[in-house]
Amino acid sequence: MKLTRLLFLLVFTMCLGCITAMAQDRAVTGKVTDSSGAPLSGATVIVKGTGNGTQTSTDGVFKITAPPTAKSLVISSVGYLTQEIAIENGSINIQLRPAASILSDVIVVAYGTRKKSDLTGSVTAVTAKDFQKGNIASSEQLLQGKVAGLQITSGGGSAGGGSRIRIRGGASLNASNDPLIVIDGVPVENNSLSGSANLLNTINPNDIESMSVLKDASATALYGSRASNGVIIITTKKGAKGKPKFNFNTQGALSKIAKKIKVLSAAQITDIVTADATATGNNTYKNVLGTANTDWQNVIFQDAPSFDNNISASGSLGGIPYRLSLGYLNQDGILKTNHFNRYSSALNLTPKFLDDHLAVNVAVKYSRTTNRFADEGAVGAAVAFDPTQSVFAENKYGGYYESLQADGKPIDLATRNPLGLLDLRDNRSHATRLIGNVQVDYKLHFLPDLHVQANIGMDKLGGEGDDNIDSLSATNYKTGGRLTHYKQKKQNTLYSFSLFYTKELASIKSKFDVLATHEYQDFYTDVYNYASFSQRKANDTIPGTAPTFAMDKPQFRLESYLGRLNYTFDDKYLLTASIRRDASSKFSPQTRVGYFPAVAAAWKIKESLFKTSNVLNELKLRLSWGITGQQDIGNLYPYLPRYTRSTSTAQYQFGDTYYTFLRPTAYDENIKWETTTTYNAGFDFGFLKNRISGFVDVYYKKTKDLLSVIPIAPGANFDISLLTNVGNMENKGVEFGLNTIPVKNGTFEWDFGFNVTYNKSKITNLLKQKDASFQGIDVSGISGGTGNNIGKFMVGEAPYTYNVYKQIYDKSGAPIEGLYEDINRDGKVDAADRYLYKKPAPDVLVGINTQVIYKQFSLGLAAHGSFGNYLYNNFQSNNGVLRAIKNPLSFIGNASVNYLDTRFANNQYFSDYYIENASFLRLDNINLGYNVGKIFNNKASLRVAASIQNVFVITKYKGLDPENANDTGVDNTIYPRPRIYSLGLNLDF
Amino acid sequence: MKNSIKQVVTAIVALSLVTSCAKKLDLFPVNDLTPETTYANAEGYKSVLAKIYGTLAITGNTGPAGSPDIGGGLDEGSQVAFIRGFFNCEELPTDEAVVAWNDQTIHDFHNLSWTSSDPFIKGMYARPIYNITLINEYLREATDEKLAARNITGTAADDIKKSRAEARFLRAFNYWVMLDLFGKSTFITEEDLIGTGLPKQIERGDLFTYIESELTAIDADLAPAKTIEYGRVDQAAAWALLARLYLNAEIYTGTAKYKEAARYAGKVINAGYSLQKGYANLFMADNDKQKNEFIFTINCDGLRTQAYGNTTFLMHAACGDDHDEYGTGSGWNGYRATKALADLFEDKTGATDQRAMFTTSKYKTDAAQLVINDISDFSNGPHVKKFVNIRTDGQAVSDVKRDFADIDFPVFRLSEMYLIYAEAFLRKADSTNMATALEYINKIRYRAYGESDKGKLGALDLTLQTILDERGRELYWEGHRRTDLIRYGMLTTSKYLWPWKGGVASGTAVDNKYNIFPIPATNRTSNPNLDQNTGY
Repeated sequence: MKLTRLLFLLVFTMCLGCITAMAQDRAVTGKVTDSSGAPLSGATVIVKGTGNGTQTSTDGVFKITAPPTAKSLVISSVGYLTQEIAIENGSINIQLRPAASILSDVIVVAYGTRKKSDLTGSVTAVTAKDFQKGNIASSEQLLQGKVAGLQITSGGGSAGGGSRIRIRGGASLNASNDPLIVIDGVPVENNSLSGSANLLNTINPNDIESMSVLKDASATALYGSRASNGVIIITTKKGAKGKPKFNFNTQGALSKIAKKIKVLSAAQITDIVTADATATGNNTYKNVLGTANTDWQNVIFQDAPSFDNNISASGSLGGIPYRLSLGYLNQDGILKTNHFNRYSSALNLTPKFLDDHLAVNVAVKYSRTTNRFADEGAVGAAVAFDPTQSVFAENKYGGYYESLQADGKPIDLATRNPLGLLDLRDNRSHATRLIGNVQVDYKLHFLPDLHVQANIGMDKLGGEGDDNIDSLSATNYKTGGRLTHYKQKKQNTLYSFSLFYTKELASIKSKFDVLATHEYQDFYTDVYNYASFSQRKANDTIPGTAPTFAMDKPQFRLESYLGRLNYTFDDKYLLTASIRRDASSKFSPQTRVGYFPAVAAAWKIKESLFKTSNVLNELKLRLSWGITGQQDIGNLYPYLPRYTRSTSTAQYQFGDTYYTFLRPTAYDENIKWETTTTYNAGFDFGFLKNRISGFVDVYYKKTKDLLSVIPIAPGANFDISLLTNVGNMENKGVEFGLNTIPVKNGTFEWDFGFNVTYNKSKITNLLKQKDASFQGIDVSGISGGTGNNIGKFMVGEAPYTYNVYKQIYDKSGAPIEGLYEDINRDGKVDAADRYLYKKPAPDVLVGINTQVIYKQFSLGLAAHGSFGNYLYNNFQSNNGVLRAIKNPLSFIGNASVNYLDTRFANNQYFSDYYIENASFLRLDNINLGYNVGKIFNNKASLRVAASIQNVFVITKYKGLDPENANDTGVDNTIYPRPRIYSLGLNLDF
Repeated sequence: MKNSIKQVVTAIVALSLVTSCAKKLDLFPVNDLTPETTYANAEGYKSVLAKIYGTLAITGNTGPAGSPDIGGGLDEGSQVAFIRGFFNCEELPTDEAVVAWNDQTIHDFHNLSWTSSDPFIKGMYARPIYNITLINEYLREATDEKLAARNITGTAADDIKKSRAEARFLRAFNYWVMLDLFGKSTFITEEDLIGTGLPKQIERGDLFTYIESELTAIDADLAPAKTIEYGRVDQAAAWALLARLYLNAEIYTGTAKYKEAARYAGKVINAGYSLQKGYANLFMADNDKQKNEFIFTINCDGLRTQAYGNTTFLMHAACGDDHDEYGTGSGWNGYRATKALADLFEDKTGATDQRAMFTTSKYKTDAAQLVINDISDFSNGPHVKKFVNIRTDGQAVSDVKRDFADIDFPVFRLSEMYLIYAEAFLRKADSTNMATALEYINKIRYRAYGESDKGKLGALDLTLQTILDERGRELYWEGHRRTDLIRYGMLTTSKYLWPWKGGVASGTAVDNKYNIFPIPATNRTSNPNLDQNTGY
């Protein structure tokens, strides 16, 4: 669109030029630089209104003659935004902004693109230049802190590990709260794959051009049944016509442990155990004290290097624009034995045929990742392992110290040697992913306003690996070690056929843009099941591990029709209306069809009321309403009565024969979509030529027919709980984003931006019939005891609100063991005295980005924070007690340091003492860049950068890390997020 | 070139349109069966029958855990297993068991202070009803008409018809559990289809009548005693359940039926069963060899019938570091008895009465050991080494890791029938006599004292208290104690106090509402037809 306008402009200026190029000319000189200030060679400089043109030299300098009537110059260069500048006396300096910022003008939305200024929905697009910097393996991390309403929480620090992504809180209780991910027009499945740590790590972040975050229903409703939790559209880089351009970037990084979990030292344990032996007269534990002083966390963590190399070429070949990239990432985890490695390649071809009537877009991305998964149980083991013992010992278990029984065998349920867990387990896998799509767009010769578009896409994944445990391992010595092979394949195929119709009727100042699509998508997984083998001899199947079925093939399909109308009146009033009809194989023929409509309107106030204002350059009001759905429930056949075969370890003996079972499964034949209605109102604004720009959005989301697992009457079905449609919840929130450029002159520029989100989620109903005595549904299982839950789904409360006893403290402020407030004043403290207190989800999210550019230097900072979120410190509740040190199984364990505060003998799992404020502000990134400029005889330009990630965290939380990817807010030991130091260089040639 | 491109475009457009087909949305999982395919042949019926029996032994479709029958936020290992749940309800509130763990509300059991929100009770309400739901489905599918329609004939059809009676026995048994624990119960039969409405509740007296009528009705269809394959029930099982039902009839309905109790106990006794040598052997890994004494067992196998809540639990939970003597690789440091159980034995060492199995290499029976100062301290109290995963023949057990037990759980065994007869006599049942009662008791004691008359009782010894004590000695940890103490009016009253009864070290009386368990609150929320028991 922009391109055609540009061409038009050029033609127009040339025509004008013919008439006016006659009077006295003058010489105009100047210099063209890129956004970093480096000289830009080969840029085209045209005197507006004439045919005069020239190109800049290698040092970016130009000289051109202009007639006296000429008022301005037009400067353009491939890959940069064309700019017009007034002719002044003296040298003119022009800084061109990179073409990437074109994308900030036209942004990718559902089933198409739209000019940002014409948007009616709530969409935030982040382009490559604004992505989170540093050493980033998984693509969602690029958006950390960049988008209001978007919360990204990495699961931990594992190499290639994934994140929990939430847009505007979650709309669902039991169904998935993950947003839909669309890669180059192909909605992909984001569930796990055997052998892959995380499916988003299969996309090379270097290949991504932009990511659009679709938040309100008008933006997402075209994705219908999968849109309730928002949509993230990933668009990869494409080629541009012109000479081949190459980019090479390389980065080396070192990850170091940022913070260790605070546990007791060997000396402290020795003191506690000795004192206890004196007090009780029982020397059982004193006798097993060791004499070493081992920091087990030092034993299992390491400094981990990683390297990331990428090369890409783009240009056109035989008239076909292309971009080809290759990437190689090699990353070690800070937990020993953890490794991630990715080879990736991407090819984009965008040829046009038939006088540009037929546009083809081919995008193929292939990656192969290899993983070595560390046994992450080692982290929990390290903080619980007796620090008085040395790492190694003379024994039959690989020489790793283990707590043994009198007979020399390991105590079965004792904590295992953390290093032994890592060294004696070898779990390696590789996963491949091919995402390909071919989009053919045909503009009809006889009716050019009508486009016919076919899009065929495929996402094909395969994962395979071997999880092998050494025969010496204390965990599996009884079976002589364990060899387990695993394998999965997934395929997701998309067929989509669309009609686009665009019409401008100048007579009634109207523009129409209509879309109609028929789409069909098929998802299946081939699950291969294998037995496990001992390492004693070949093919020695471990009893009970033989699978019932060698293969399984879960599958679901969606068939959809969708339509959209964009209507613009007088370039001031915008209307978008859309509807999607989805039919899903997950529901019965009677309930499988759902309709998801949306309407949005926008009013360009600036153009209507402040047309002449120089201060205000944009002001737009947006209003939207829409209904979206949810069907991501794990169970692919919830409506079908079916019988399932039991495993070989679940049989019953009649006579001398064992029979496997056929068990009927609970089902709800009426199960259907969960639907969310979203209302959104927002303003977009910009002042002083967008030196200050931003938006504010207010939303209200109401979900009904929640796909919930709720208690049902015993005897009514084959279970006492059932996945069915019941319940309502709501989310309300405000989002605010602001980008400013406080200072901008030739050599110095300071950008500052931030976003703030306020969100409140509340369950408004959970029952089919009213019951005043309903006590909610227990959720949030914890470690410790069996079946203990710390949270509730309760009407009127946020999901996963904690349900705890109110701790009573002594005068010194220390909690008194087992003493809680009798909340209902009935004279005894029992389960009825637990109360609802705090919740895991934040009230407020904040993202902050700033960058200072001075001459060739740039310095950037990025931070994100979360406020009003609480965590249940399960590590402390489980390990901060004497019982953790004096383990009842007759071995010594370590305790968290808060044991010194509480001196609890036994676990007090439900005390509110363990609910802690986990609000935090994390400085994600400091990055420093230096633009070397042209090197190698001006054949290349070089930029070098250094960054530190995960610089610091400000929080009151006493656990390891206040950021937790667990919806339930139960914080056990996680794989610590490392601090990463990286150095990179970027070469364009 | 242009033409070929046009053709490609046309082809793609055509393809896009052709792929539309609503039928493609009817998908079915590849490894599962529909009800129609499940019951297409006799093997399918047998697999469902195995499930019906198996619900008493394991908790789901994946052993030991992974795809539980019963969800609802309950813990598969500890809350929805039949044997474990039954044990917690029948033994833990009594003098026979205490638990050291901190699992949720587990201490409320021995403290006799549970509430209607108790998850263990919720699991124990759900388990029998789930089993019954399954049985009803089976009965709907196993009618003569359906068998005929599916062309299942001959011996296969005969076996399925017999299995209908077995299924009805199991339904009666599961309802007896509801009757005993909860009194009133959710009531469903094969007339109640899946997912169509809220089940009704049946009152305790009506449920008693229903169980009684069912057990009598199936008598002719069940296999004669001791003629069916091991693990499946025959007529004797139905008689044994009737005997137990009648013994407690006064509690269940207000009307005593001791005569009927003695009559049905007698029918079992005369069906050819005999006590086996060596009391300890009855609870060992190869106790299927004791089938001459067992009337109905729940069969467990360490490799093929794995669960955390069958006899695996009775083995693991009772041991600590001394686990090797229990035939397992690890102890769960959980359950012991109170001193009151040990005190039923004059000689607690097991040297004379071999049923006193309180001695392990680590724990003896000295006075200091038997006292429980701290419930959470596993080392206090008499340890129970009754369920032992070691074979009498010294062979290896089926699970090489020794994590899961092979021990079958005896639901009904001959001793109980002897004791029912003797108690019925003492409760003045018609057609009973002293000589027979004494003979039966002494048979039990003869075996207990190692095939010796050292423990022989005389007519003067035979009192109701003796029977209760003898039941304690013979049947402890087999799931009888709570029912017995209620029948003797001792569970909640001050008539009999044991350590930590009511949560007090010396024991205390509690509200008599604890003679019956509450209907779980969540069930009443989801089914307004359910009334609560008095006091909760």
